[in-house]
Amino acid sequence: MTTDPMIRVEGLAQRFGNRTLYRDVSFTVATGEVFVILGGSGSGKSTLMKQLIGLLPPAAGSIEIAGYRVTGPGAVPAREAAQRKIGVMFQSGALFGSMSLLENVMLPLEVFTDLPPPAQEAVARVKLGLVGLADAATLYPAEISGGMAKRAAIARAMALDPPLLFLDEPSAGLDPITSAGLDRLILDLRTDLGATFVVVTHELASILAIADRCLMLDRHAFPDAGGVIAAGDPRRLGAESTNPTVRAFFRREPLPVEAA
Amino acid sequence: MPTPTSGLTTTEASGRTVLAFDGRLDASSVARLWGQALGAARRARDRALALDLSRLETCDMAGAAMLAAVERAHGVPPDLIGANQQVSALLARAREAGAPVAPAPPPPAPSTKEMLHAGLTAAGTGVVFLGEATLAAIRLPARRRMIRWADLLRYTDQAGVSSLPLVVMLGFLMGLILAFQSAVPMREFGAELFVANLVSVSLTRELGPLLAAVILAGRTASAFAAEIGTMKVNEELDALVTIGLDPMTMLVLPRLAAGLIVMPVMTVVLDLAGLLGMAVVMRGFGYPLSIIETQVQYWTTPADLYGGLVKAACFGVVIAAIGCRAGLSTGKGPRAVGLSTTAAVVGGIVATIVLDGVFAVFMNRLGI
Repeated sequence: MTTDPMIRVEGLAQRFGNRTLYRDVSFTVATGEVFVILGGSGSGKSTLMKQLIGLLPPAAGSIEIAGYRVTGPGAVPAREAAQRKIGVMFQSGALFGSMSLLENVMLPLEVFTDLPPPAQEAVARVKLGLVGLADAATLYPAEISGGMAKRAAIARAMALDPPLLFLDEPSAGLDPITSAGLDRLILDLRTDLGATFVVVTHELASILAIADRCLMLDRHAFPDAGGVIAAGDPRRLGAESTNPTVRAFFRREPLPVEAA
Repeated sequence: MPTPTSGLTTTEASGRTVLAFDGRLDASSVARLWGQALGAARRARDRALALDLSRLETCDMAGAAMLAAVERAHGVPPDLIGANQQVSALLARAREAGAPVAPAPPPPAPSTKEMLHAGLTAAGTGVVFLGEATLAAIRLPARRRMIRWADLLRYTDQAGVSSLPLVVMLGFLMGLILAFQSAVPMREFGAELFVANLVSVSLTRELGPLLAAVILAGRTASAFAAEIGTMKVNEELDALVTIGLDPMTMLVLPRLAAGLIVMPVMTVVLDLAGLLGMAVVMRGFGYPLSIIETQVQYWTTPADLYGGLVKAACFGVVIAAIGCRAGLSTGKGPRAVGLSTTAAVVGGIVATIVLDGVFAVFMNRLGI
């Protein structure tokens, strides 16, 4: 077992046109940790996640996933290897509409394992059972609710038992009960599978429930660009940070007028 | 419901203009009072202005927006008379919002150079797409698990089998019309009999593949673009990539194969239906079937037929590719899917006709 961090990010930056979305983003995520990336709308949370999962090359900086350096020239083989180690749940679920939930979860098994079809189905059913969708296996994405779609997407992300899972806004648009259920699921999976989670969210209750550590992005971190304004234990940041945005976020207050 | 009374009275008193509003200041009364109130405020620029709000019944956000606009039109903050707390609070918010900002001027019409550049860029991305598709095809043996054969059958069915009734109907009508239209002038020369040759050669060489291509572009390229475009909008393509699946291999190649397979079949069916239509007209002119058959067999060479089928297969791949590419380059939101679908149909038809021209030159050079 390696003691290296699961993710190491150094000096990451992203630009759109001549606007710098963020720069100087550096952090590490330890194995087995639940790490939350948070921040207001437009702060670049989802963009940062897209860079981490290899969908968007960064303008500057380096990313290491599970020991593979996935940025820079000649990183394509490393990126493909790293992709074997991760599972991703997209904000909308992004289930394949032409396949049932079971087929959605079976797809990665079909392509990347030598399991015979009955075994693939058995494994996929276990994953669906883990997220409480055992009875919905034959339904299609158009026939299920938003909360079920997100849970099914988590099941698909876990299909190959990746050690690292990325979840984009798992609780956005869900009722508090379903949302709390997802939080519980994340903690259970971490305990049962020893998986590492990177969760993008701005639901305060969810952050306090699941996060070991968090990283807060803000579009006004620098005079000319966004970046990290806080990092650490979310239960202490609200009291300890001197940044007015961080304090306002954790106290669930509007921004003080002079800082707005 | 009685019409709510509202009005504006302008009075001059001791060197200042007083605008007195009464009744309800809501969207409907503001619509009437806007011009009058702002005009009065502009005319009073050299004097002090006061707004008498003491007789207002209610004021909503539209009313507050007008009061703020009156203040800005006058320039100097006016005195407020008898404004209650609600009106003052709304007015304060309306002041914060500031003056309406003039919309940015529309971007200048693109110059010829820019349009040329955009066209070349589009052609360049087309070439890149073809390269990527070829690469995916070369790597296919290593990635054969990503191919879902059921999908290939589904696309073939969707593109080919379910379009057969349409193909038969259009082919039959095409043959019928072509035969009838050409029979009229040819009759003048006593050359009616050769209508059979004309229709059969033009269908197999030219019109069959072309018409099948138009059907494929309209029915199938659009469907490919909409399907893949919706997947892109729903982040399903991103999901494929993060699972480690290649959209080129999984989504594009089976569709290209479907285009390649169905087009020659569609063309043959269309040719046959067209010949049938022609035969109906010729029978009407009193020619027996055996003579029509002899004319067709004698004058239509295998090269005509095979040339047409090769052309059809090329059209099929290119049209399917244009549909897939339009889908993959979809932007964000439902509107983008519509744009992609249009691009797929238009691109498919244009590419077909351009390719047809290229084929005409080549076949002429090769003596086919």
